[in-house]
Amino acid sequence: MAIIEAHGIRKSYGSLLALHDVDLAVEEGEILALIGPSGSGKSTLLRVLDLIEPANEGELSIFGIDVVAERGRWLDLRRRMGMLFQRPIVFNASVYDNVAMGLRYRRASGDEIDRRVNEALEAVGLSRYTRSRATDLSGGEQQRVALSRVLVTDPEVLFLDEPTANLDPTSTATIEEIVMRLNREAGMTVLISTHDLAQGQRLAHRVGVMIEGTIAQTGPSSDVFRAPKDRRIARFVGVQNIIPGRVVSRTEGLTTVEAGGRQILSATPPPADKVEIVIRGEDVSLHRREPMHEEAENLFPAMLTRIEPAAPFVNVTVHCGCDLVALVTARRADALGLREGVGVWISLQAKAVHLIPLTGH
Amino acid sequence: MHNQYNTITKMKTETLSTEPLPAGEEANVTRWNEYRGRYLDWCIVGFCIMGAAIVGITVLAIANITMTELADPAHLLKVAASSEVIGSILLTFGAGASAVILLILFGTPLAYVLARARPSRLKGAVESIVDIPLILPHTVAGLLVYLLFMRRGWLGAPLSEIGLAFEDALPGTIIAMLFVASPFYVNSMREGFEKVPVHLENVARTLGAGTFTAFWTVTLPLSLRHMYSGAILAWGRAIGEFAGVIMIAYYPFIISTLIYYSFTTDGIHTSRSIAFTVILVSFGVFYLLRRMTRYLGRYDDRV
Repeated sequence: MAIIEAHGIRKSYGSLLALHDVDLAVEEGEILALIGPSGSGKSTLLRVLDLIEPANEGELSIFGIDVVAERGRWLDLRRRMGMLFQRPIVFNASVYDNVAMGLRYRRASGDEIDRRVNEALEAVGLSRYTRSRATDLSGGEQQRVALSRVLVTDPEVLFLDEPTANLDPTSTATIEEIVMRLNREAGMTVLISTHDLAQGQRLAHRVGVMIEGTIAQTGPSSDVFRAPKDRRIARFVGVQNIIPGRVVSRTEGLTTVEAGGRQILSATPPPADKVEIVIRGEDVSLHRREPMHEEAENLFPAMLTRIEPAAPFVNVTVHCGCDLVALVTARRADALGLREGVGVWISLQAKAVHLIPLTGH
Repeated sequence: MHNQYNTITKMKTETLSTEPLPAGEEANVTRWNEYRGRYLDWCIVGFCIMGAAIVGITVLAIANITMTELADPAHLLKVAASSEVIGSILLTFGAGASAVILLILFGTPLAYVLARARPSRLKGAVESIVDIPLILPHTVAGLLVYLLFMRRGWLGAPLSEIGLAFEDALPGTIIAMLFVASPFYVNSMREGFEKVPVHLENVARTLGAGTFTAFWTVTLPLSLRHMYSGAILAWGRAIGEFAGVIMIAYYPFIISTLIYYSFTTDGIHTSRSIAFTVILVSFGVFYLLRRMTRYLGRYDDRV
């Protein structure tokens, strides 16, 4: 059952259109990551879904309740959800008082507050700071205080708005681990917005790509990263090669596309006559001499034209009619003796060649 | 023995008469060098001289009244201790405090709405209306209040029917003070609210607070300092009002009216003593209030 269902959400601030035509369904118990560049509307969407701000248009139902019609129930619904913000925000009071806020708003009894606050602080590993002033803690610790302040209210849905954007890797790992465990053990539904692609892939069951105020594509992260629907998504998910080409023929489940005089085989059915070929750099394999037993459908000689370090990898540009960028580990680049001007062979599986319709340039 | 004693005293006088002189000279020379070596910023010196003119007027005025009053302490004491003066001071301060309490009650919500509203023509209009008492001559402000609250005025007529009279009555004093002091309080409070980031309220709301609870538990506590200084400002403005008040309430005498009245009837001698008493009391009260701000909102936590 979808716990959140949104259709045609639109939100503008004056003349600035922040969200438009947003359709989204979040299943109970899943982790959905919203990825997208800054300013694409991720935070605004989370605020709309958490009922902090109303949308201008659109249908929205949360826990099966039509929230557009039932404005009077927003506070009750909001109390079943929780949100963690990008900046660690703690109030200038003790850690205990910070974490107790949500329970005090719900008029819980003193004993219950005591018990649950201590539990929540234990869960994020901050028990020893209970009496400390929250603003004296480090950024990572403050964010953990903020997280336990949310968790103490036992939310059914947890919104995380770029929760680790300002944190060091260790604090990030701690927070990710807590979120994963809550999802696994308590079945908490999680919506996380992030511009860290790796984090999206690490945590989420499903990924939604937001571009310019709308959700451009949703699906399992492997789909979104390997088979982006269009050029903007491909660019955002870090595809190195987007090459315009022309469909030549289609046989035995393989599409032949011509690009720069070179024929490349793809496993994607042709979406149009004029296409763009989408190839991730790490799918391109480099060899010094022609491989004898190569399974890949595409195999051709090329000239290495440029090599630039992108630790721990090396971006290698080769020319084979068209320019292709391959991502090679620095160690392998050394072993192959790669340098500018050498001839190489490249192999590329048809499955790794994704096709999207060519859109106007 | 005697000889020895003599030599000792001689040595003492010698040390006394000879040593301090060169040492003192030396010190003078180094101090002079210090001054000479220091760079003089003529711009700042000029500004200081110009500023001294302003400060000088206040200092001279107060010194002047202090000297003349302290010359005749018996008269000063007699005037200061008279029930008329004490009653008037208490009345003025009390009426000012009542006006400020009303302002806190009604002005705080207004300031919050203005701070949170998105810029719009309506918001601009309301802000201008709030500022109107600020730009009007006080007599005009007083006349406006009088015309509205007099026995036949739009608000005065229905209110006098339920027994609330404004003309020459304490409510009239309070309402006139409220009118002229309101921009000071509302603007200061609005500034305070504007400085509390909206996402702090959002945090409270995501934790289950309603709009009012978020305001009451987060925004207001973080703006207490502004509320306090706004209230002091408004209070100071209220108790200093004269022209605005006398239009509607010549009686009961607030302190300004009393001084003006005695100035025109008894002459300079009495009114000067009343004025001096007021200066002392006002200094004392405002000094206390300012000191209290130190303990308020010191742990201001805007994130």
